[in-house]
Amino acid sequence: MGSRTVIPFGPQHPALPEPIHLDLVLEDEKVVEAIPKIGFVHRGFEKLVEKMDFNELVYVADRICGICAFIHSMAYCQAVEAVMNVEVPPRAVFLRTVWSELARLSSHLLWLGFMADVMGFESLFMQSFRLREKIVDMLEEMTGGRIILGVCRVGGVRRDVANDTLAGIAGRVKDLVRDMRRLADVFLQDDSVKHRLVDVGVLTREQAADLGCVGPVMRASGISRDTRTLGYAAYGFVDFSPVVETSGDSYARCAVRVRELFQSVGIIEQAASKIPAGEVSVKVSGYPEGEYHSRCEQPRGEVVHYVKGDGTRYLQRYRVRTPTFANIPALVKMLQGCELADVPVLVLTIDPCISCTER
Amino acid sequence: MSVLGMTRTTMRNLFSRPSTRRYPTKVKEPHRTPKSRGRIQIDIEACIFCSACAKRCPTDAIIVSKPDKVWEIDRLRCCTCNACVEVCPKKCLDMDPRYTLPTVTKDKDIFKQAPKPLKSAEPAPTAPSG
Repeated sequence: MGSRTVIPFGPQHPALPEPIHLDLVLEDEKVVEAIPKIGFVHRGFEKLVEKMDFNELVYVADRICGICAFIHSMAYCQAVEAVMNVEVPPRAVFLRTVWSELARLSSHLLWLGFMADVMGFESLFMQSFRLREKIVDMLEEMTGGRIILGVCRVGGVRRDVANDTLAGIAGRVKDLVRDMRRLADVFLQDDSVKHRLVDVGVLTREQAADLGCVGPVMRASGISRDTRTLGYAAYGFVDFSPVVETSGDSYARCAVRVRELFQSVGIIEQAASKIPAGEVSVKVSGYPEGEYHSRCEQPRGEVVHYVKGDGTRYLQRYRVRTPTFANIPALVKMLQGCELADVPVLVLTIDPCISCTER
Repeated sequence: MSVLGMTRTTMRNLFSRPSTRRYPTKVKEPHRTPKSRGRIQIDIEACIFCSACAKRCPTDAIIVSKPDKVWEIDRLRCCTCNACVEVCPKKCLDMDPRYTLPTVTKDKDIFKQAPKPLKSAEPAPTAPSG
C-alpha cells in the first residue's frame, strides 16, 4: 500500500461551473475516498419565505438556480395551486410544458458542452453552445427572458404565445434536430469521447437504487423512472417514455442526456400541436392553508418542493429537495477507486448544480 | 468506430459563414424581441403616482412620492420581472428591450413630473426630468 495523500478539489476549479469542494484521498493516482463539502453559496432562501408574499416568492423560486430556473418556479406554483385548489387553465399547462422542455434542451446542451470541455474536446464544446444559443433565443422570443424566464405565476402563466409563433418555434426546434444528430454522433460514436467515458465511474442498478439517485444518473443505471410520467402539467397529454441505459458508466449518463434531447423535441412538437385555446391565467384570491409536496422532473432529476401555508400571505415553511443533493452520495461512491484524471469527468456526470443544492 | 466524426462538422464550419464576429470592430446588435425584458421606462407626464408599482415590486426598487411628484427606480435592485408594468393603471410604465448599461455608481434614476400649468396663469417653464 502506497502512502496516502489528500488533494483538495474545488471549490474553484476549471472543471466546475459552481463551487463544490471535495477532499480526495489518494493512493498514488487512485482515489480511495472522496469527502464532499458544500455550503459555499448558501443564501438563506428558506428563511426568506417568512417575510415575502407567496405570490412574490415565485420570482425568488425562479432564481434558485440559473439553469433549471423555470422548472423551479413551475414546481413552486404547482404546490401553491394544489394547496389553494386553483384550477390552472389548460393552455397555461401546455405552455409550461413547452417552456420546461426548452429549458431542458438548453440545460442538456450546456451540460454536453461542459462535458466536452472537461474531456478536452474544445470544438465540440463550441458546437454545443452554438446550438444552445438558438434555444435561448427562442425562449427570449416567447417569454422575454433567456435564462430566468419569469413567466410562471400562481394560477397560470404571465405571457401568452400566439399559436403561429408556437408552431414556428416547434418547427425551428425540429430544424435543429439535424444539428443535434451530428452532435449526438460525435458524443456517442467518437473514439476519443468513448475513451474518456466508457467504463468510467460505473454505478450498478442496485447501488443507484440504494443511494437514492435521481434523473439521468438513475436512468443510466437501468432504472426506468421519470417524474414526468406522473403526468403533471401537460405531460399526461403527450406520448413519451423514459430514456434508459443499462451500463451505468459515464458514457451511459452522457447517452441518456443526448437521447433526451430528441425526446424533448418530440414533446415540444406534440404540445405545440395539441395546445388548446383559452385563458392563460386565473385570478387567485385568498391565502394558502395546508401543505403539499410538488414533484417535477428537472434536467438533473426529480425536484421536490414542499409548501406549507397557515392561511396568511406568508408561507409557514418552504423546502426544496434538489436533484444534485440526491446525487452527491452516488458521486462519492463513483469516485472511490477512480483515477485522479477522471475526477472532473465524474463530477460533471452528475450534472452538479450547487446553487440549487444550497439555496 | 469513428475518429473523424467531428471532422465533417469542422469542415462544414470551415467553409460556411462564421457564426461569430470580429469584435470589437464588428459589434453585434443585441438579440432583442418585442417581449425582451431589458429595463423599465416611464412616461412621467402620464403618471398619477398611485404607488401600485412600488407596492407590487418584489425587490423594493421603486419609490414613489406623490407630494413631490417624483418616481424613482434603483436599476441595480430591479429584477425586470415586469410586475410593475402589468399593474400600472395608466399604462405609463413600459418595458424597454434594451438592457441597462453597466455602471460604476449606485445612483437611482429619478423622474420628476413638471408642474401642471394653471389655466389662468402664465404657462410654467418645464423642469428637466431624468
